[in-house]
Order: sequence, then structure tokens, then C-alpha cells
Amino acid sequence: MTETLVQLSNVAVYSAMAVYAFAFIAFTLDLARRAAPAPASTAVPAQAGQLVGATSTTLLSRLAVDAPADGSAAGRSRALRVAMPLAILGWALHAAAVALRGVAAGYVPWSNMYGFALTATAIIVAIFLLVQFWQDLRFLGAYIIGFALLFLGIANVNYYVDVVPQPVPLQSGWLVIHVFVAILGTGFFALGAGLSLVQILQARREASGTGAKFLATLPNSQQLENLAYRLILVGFVFWTFTLIAGAIWAQRAWGRYWGWDTKEVWTFIIWTIYAGYIHARATRGWRGARSAWLALVGFAAVMFNFTIVNVFFKGLHSYSGLTLD
Amino acid sequence: MASSRPSDHIDSAAPDPSVVQPRLGVIGYLRFFWRQLTSMRTALFLLLLLAFAAIPGSLVPQRSSDPNGVITYKAANPDLFPILDGLQVFDTYTSVWFSSIYLLLFVSLIGCIIPRTKHHLVALRARPPKTPARLDRLAGFTTRTSDAPADELLASARALLRRQGYRTELFDGSVSAERGYLRETGNLVFHSALVGVLIAVGIGGGFGFSGQRVIVEGQKFVNVRGDYDSLNPGRFFRDSALEPYRIKLDDFDAVYELDNPSAIGQPVDYTAKVTTSTPGSDDKQQQIKVNEPLLIGGTDVFLLGNGYAPTITVRDPEGTVVWTDSVPFLPQDAMLTSLGVVKIPDGLSEQVGMIGFFYPTVAQLPSGALASRFPGLLDPSLTLRVYTGDLGLDDGVGRSVYDLDITGLTPIAGKGADVEALELKPGETAEIPGGLGTVELSDVKRFVSLDIHHDPSQGWVLAFALLILGGLLTGLFVPRRRVWVKVVDSADGRTIQYAGLSRGDDPRLDDAVAAIAEAHCPETRNKVES
Repeated sequence: MTETLVQLSNVAVYSAMAVYAFAFIAFTLDLARRAAPAPASTAVPAQAGQLVGATSTTLLSRLAVDAPADGSAAGRSRALRVAMPLAILGWALHAAAVALRGVAAGYVPWSNMYGFALTATAIIVAIFLLVQFWQDLRFLGAYIIGFALLFLGIANVNYYVDVVPQPVPLQSGWLVIHVFVAILGTGFFALGAGLSLVQILQARREASGTGAKFLATLPNSQQLENLAYRLILVGFVFWTFTLIAGAIWAQRAWGRYWGWDTKEVWTFIIWTIYAGYIHARATRGWRGARSAWLALVGFAAVMFNFTIVNVFFKGLHSYSGLTLD
Repeated sequence: MASSRPSDHIDSAAPDPSVVQPRLGVIGYLRFFWRQLTSMRTALFLLLLLAFAAIPGSLVPQRSSDPNGVITYKAANPDLFPILDGLQVFDTYTSVWFSSIYLLLFVSLIGCIIPRTKHHLVALRARPPKTPARLDRLAGFTTRTSDAPADELLASARALLRRQGYRTELFDGSVSAERGYLRETGNLVFHSALVGVLIAVGIGGGFGFSGQRVIVEGQKFVNVRGDYDSLNPGRFFRDSALEPYRIKLDDFDAVYELDNPSAIGQPVDYTAKVTTSTPGSDDKQQQIKVNEPLLIGGTDVFLLGNGYAPTITVRDPEGTVVWTDSVPFLPQDAMLTSLGVVKIPDGLSEQVGMIGFFYPTVAQLPSGALASRFPGLLDPSLTLRVYTGDLGLDDGVGRSVYDLDITGLTPIAGKGADVEALELKPGETAEIPGGLGTVELSDVKRFVSLDIHHDPSQGWVLAFALLILGGLLTGLFVPRRRVWVKVVDSADGRTIQYAGLSRGDDPRLDDAVAAIAEAHCPETRNKVES
């Protein structure tokens, strides 16, 4: 029974990766189309109007109005019209894979690195899809889907482990909450990093007038900074919660709430970097692109914490399920 | 959208190079350094420096969390070790440099909290400010026309704003309103709670202690200093802080996976069944599990480790028992191949030391060496290497009970001797070579390693941590905004103007102003966008 479920889960992962690959191509085509000089089109006003109607946030209507009406919107919508349903389909398969693995194991599917990578990418894509109700951030599709695809591939090749009984130290309700909230935080940090990256490129283009052409169709660097800031704020709150929940669990499992274990150290480092990012926006000399770099450094630290620290650093959080002999 | 940046942070204008600074005296310099230290730039620099300074502690083992790792590192890097040790890298988080960064950061933080608290206390009592002369340049500017009397319009606007939690002030022809004082309160609570955590950890840690004790099934632990295997007291710890209680380990259950082919032998559950006694109450049957510590006598008792403790009995040639004990053997691998030491200084014609390997389920490797292939007791076996000579127990130097120094000893069984190592199954007896006597594996028991902690500050730390979270949520997500409603009479008729001003990040300000206008004056639809 377990075997069958695990095989089904693996099939679902491969299917999701295939669909994501097509979604990634479509999102990339969309970026390419944005860069191309577009034919004059009458569809533009309708497109903008439709976007405004889709949601009530003021900022969104502004983004749509601010986007230059050079006609590229018409071409981009075709690629996007394919990309978004593909992303949703890929995510549905992905979510099924997570659920099947959880059912097969009989506990939450994120207690080793493979399960964590599988769940984390699913939640990151879910956040990306849900965020569209708030803001039109579909231009991040190539980045997010590409990231999820790459990470699923890496996890499959390097981190795959069979479903095994839950290790004794992880048999706690705190596993559910501590790790799940950490993943949520990671998802928001991922989106924030994507926006910050575009912000840096956009600021460079605004300053020099040169740069990738698709940037012209995106919000200006100030708007990107505001969006990135808001997403990272949410991520920061989740990360703070992760730290506190982790400390409470550590107190219960190991008898101390803080012991400078390698994973604790890196969680603390990440928290500090993002606290720096939040303050940087209010500090002269750090505004704009400079604080955006902090968001990128922060997300790099998140990735480092998950990959390198998990596998190669010795500590109490060594739950990768991998042996390094 | 010019600035959704937090404008509630103090950010002075860029310095004017044409201004010549006056010469500073001692007080002047002190004041200058204080200003520098409490500036946002310095705080940010210290914050990022703190993140950077924390990295070395994750790269090399720390004495606090991994003392054995430090010893291993020293052996592996004999040249590098003294340099790194001189830089306190093995005690990163108590080192001079790490401590100075966070102490400076916290001084800077306090230097920021105090003036902002004062400022906020004044702001909490202040009335909303006078309505600006021109509202049309402010956020969300909207107008409505109405024929209603100005007094009525202002009274209804004021009532509406009050219902929405605004503090209002009536001026001539306008209502000025402000809300979201909780934002700055949350901000201050967040930053003060950070200081609170530091103080609670710093002071509370000094009154606590942590200790370790290994007990074998059937043995007791009594909570007095001498009964701990090791005790790490805080700075202000007194022995009187140890409340009297007793824990007896009745039984230890370990369940290992048998079915799943990729996880044979993986532990599935550990349960230690204990009997606890405290003065003035009956004995209680309780259990300790890995994520379920036992709370007793103001301490938390954690189940941290476990292993096998073979009961070994040594007899002299006449058959008289000269030594018997259940010896905790330290696990060497996941299948619980375990290593232990027996020292018999008296009773036999020579001092005898033994190094034992215990295999809960013995198997022979292709190389001929023995190993354990399952951590449960399916086919237990004990092998003993036996040595004679001076065990060094009488020279007054402390020796670990888990370690036998074989230099100067003569091997009489096992590696280095003519006789093979002794091999015993439970209940079996073997002759010690040379007619010294016999050794018997009488029984195999389990031992557990308990960690006993007392930390009087942990409740405070948790309370401050929750304040951090609460302060963060209110400080970041409660919008602080001002809203004005103004009635303007002109030749065209009576116009009502609405506008807002954000004080800090406030993405929904425009929506909020629009909603207020709509709620206040819904009947007219001639909306004018700026």
C-alpha cells in the first residue's frame, strides 16, 4: 500500500515537473514578447480595463495604467493565457504528490530534505498563484516556476529518500507548525527576492536608459520596491514565528530553547539580515537598490541554510535523511 | 506613491558641507559618539555585522554545544587550532567581539527606544493637527457636493471617523482626524521586548543549572549535587536550589522498525518508565519520552540518550564474586554496537581491565570482524579484550569510567595476546586466561541518559518573545494615518473635500479615504479624481 502511494507520488512529481517545464517556457515567451516591438493593437485599452476590473486594489489599477501602452500587452496575454493554466495544473499535480507522500508516510511530508523540498516548492508556487489575486505579478512566473522546477529536479536527484518511519525526535506537533510556517516564510522571501532582483534591474535601466527591454512593461523600481517590501514583511513575521516556535520546541525536546546549533545560528542570521532590510529602507544611503541587495542576500542565506547547512553542517537539525559516507 | 517608506523613522537631511563644525569638548565628543551610536545607520551597520559575526560559530564546533567536536577539531588541525582558539572562535557566542557587537547594538537600541517612547507619550495625548490649507495635493483627494448645512456635514463626518477609531478635532470648517497610534506602540513594544529577552536570558541564566545523569534499569537518581554525573551551574546557583526528589528507572522500552525494508532498525519509539518520589507524597508511576519531558521539583527531566548496560560478574578462582555491575556501554553506531570498559582493581591476583564490545544482534562481516545488524536484542553477544597490569586508579588522577588507558598493560586475551577475545552470550561464563578467575555475562539491561534542567527565566523569555511577535504584527500592519474632511463654499455651491496622509507604510490609504467619502456622502455620484 505504502509502496503504491509512494510510486503514485513520484509519478505525480514527474508529471508536475513536465507541466511546469511547459509553463516555464510560456512565461519566458511572455517575457520575450514584452521585449519585442509590438504591432499596433486596439486591444490594449480593453486589456487594461479588464485588469482594473479584476480586483479592487488601487495599486493594481495604477500598475496597469502605468504600463506603457505600446501594444505589447496584446501579445503577452496570449503566452500568459497559456502559462497560468499550465502553472495551475502543474501545481495541482504537485500538491497531489505532496499529499500522497504524506498519506504514504502517515505523518506530515516534510520531515526530511526531500519531503521538505517537495512541500516547500509546492507552497512557494501556491503563494505565487494566490498573490495574483492581490497584485498582477505574473511577470515573476518564469522566475518562480523556473525555481520550483530546478529545485524539484535537484531534490529528486540528490535528496530523494524512501518513506521511513518518523524519527523519534520529530514526533511532535511542533514539527507541523514550526516547519510549515518556515516554509510559508520562505515562499514570501522567494517572491520578495524576485521582485527585488527586478527592482535592481529596473533601477539600473531607469538610471542609464539601457537594459532588458521587457523591463519597460513592468512597474517602475519604486513600485517594485514597495511590493517587495510588503511581501518580505509578511515573510519576516512568519520567520519570527518560526524562530519562536522552534525555540519552544527545542525547549521541549532538547531542554533548552536556544543553543546556537548550526541551524539555529543560520535562522538567526537570516532573521537579522531581513531585520536589516526592513530598517534599511528608512536609512539614508541605503534606500532603493542598496536595500534590495539585502533582500537578495537574505534569500541566498535562506537557500544556503536549506541546502549546505542541512547536508554538510553537523548539528541537532541533521534530519536530511542522507548519509554522507 | 512617492514614499510608502516608513516616514515615522527619524531621518535627518543630508549634511550641508558649507557648515563649519564648532570645536567639541569632552562632553561634546561624548554627545557626538552617542548621536553616532544611536543613529539608524550605525544600528543598521551593527545589525548586519551581528549577522556576519554569527557565521564563524556555525563553521567550527562550539564548546557550548559540541565539546567533543572541538577536541576532534584540535586533533585534526593542530596548527590552526591555537590561532582560532585565540580568536575565541570556539566560543563565538560568548566571545569578546560577538558580545561587544550585540551589546553596542542593544545600547543603540535603548538610545533609540527612550526618546521615541517620550515622543510617543506626548503624541498619545496630542490632539490631531490643524487641517492643511490645501488638501488637493494629499493622498486620495476626493470631493463631493452637497446642499446640507456645513455644521451637519462636519458633525456627521466627525461621528463617522470616530466610529472608525479615529481621534478627531473640529476646526473651523473642517474635521481633522488621526488613527493608528497602536502602530508606534507596537513598534516600541517590539524593540523593548528584544531588550527584555536579552536581560531575561542574561540574568535568568545565572540562576539555572543543567546536569546529566546516566541510570540503568533498577537504579535511582536522587536530586543532590553528588548524584549528578556532571552539573553545569549558572553563576548565581546555590546547592539549596536543588529540590529533593528521586527518580527510579523501572523499565526502558525501545521499539525498532521491523517491516519497512528501507528503515529496518530505525527507532520508532522510546519510553522510559520511572517511579518518582517527592517528600510528603506517594510514589508515582510516570514516563519520559523524547518530546515529553518529566516536570518534577522545579526541573525538566529530558530523555536524551539510551543504550545497553550488560551486567558483568567477575569471580576469583574459588568462585567468590569479586565484582559485579551493570556497565553502561556507549553506542557506536545506529545498530547499537556498543563499547564499554570494566576495571577490577581488587580481588584478583592482578589488576584486570577489560574493553568490551556489545552487539545486540551479532553478525559477522566478510572481513571476519563482528558487528551489530539490528539495535534490538535478537542475538546479543559480548566480546572482551582482557588486560593485566597497573590500571592507574591509585595515583589520584581522575579517570573516565568509559575509557581504559592500555599503555603499560599486558594483553592476555584479544588483540595483542595469544588467546582470542572472550565471547559471551547472556548466561555464559568464560575463563580469564592465566587462571585469574571467570567472567560472566549475567544479564543485559538498558540505560538512559537524562538531562536535568532548571531555568527560572524561561517563562520570562517566552513572554518577551510573544511580545516581540505581537509588537511586530501591530507595528508593521496597523496603519497610522491622518484624514481630513473639509467643507468649502464657493460660487458653484458647497463642496466637501476628503484627503489623507500616511504616517508610515500604508498601501490602503487611498481606499480608506475613498471609503470614508462614500460612507459620508453616498448620494452624490459626481466623483472628481485628482
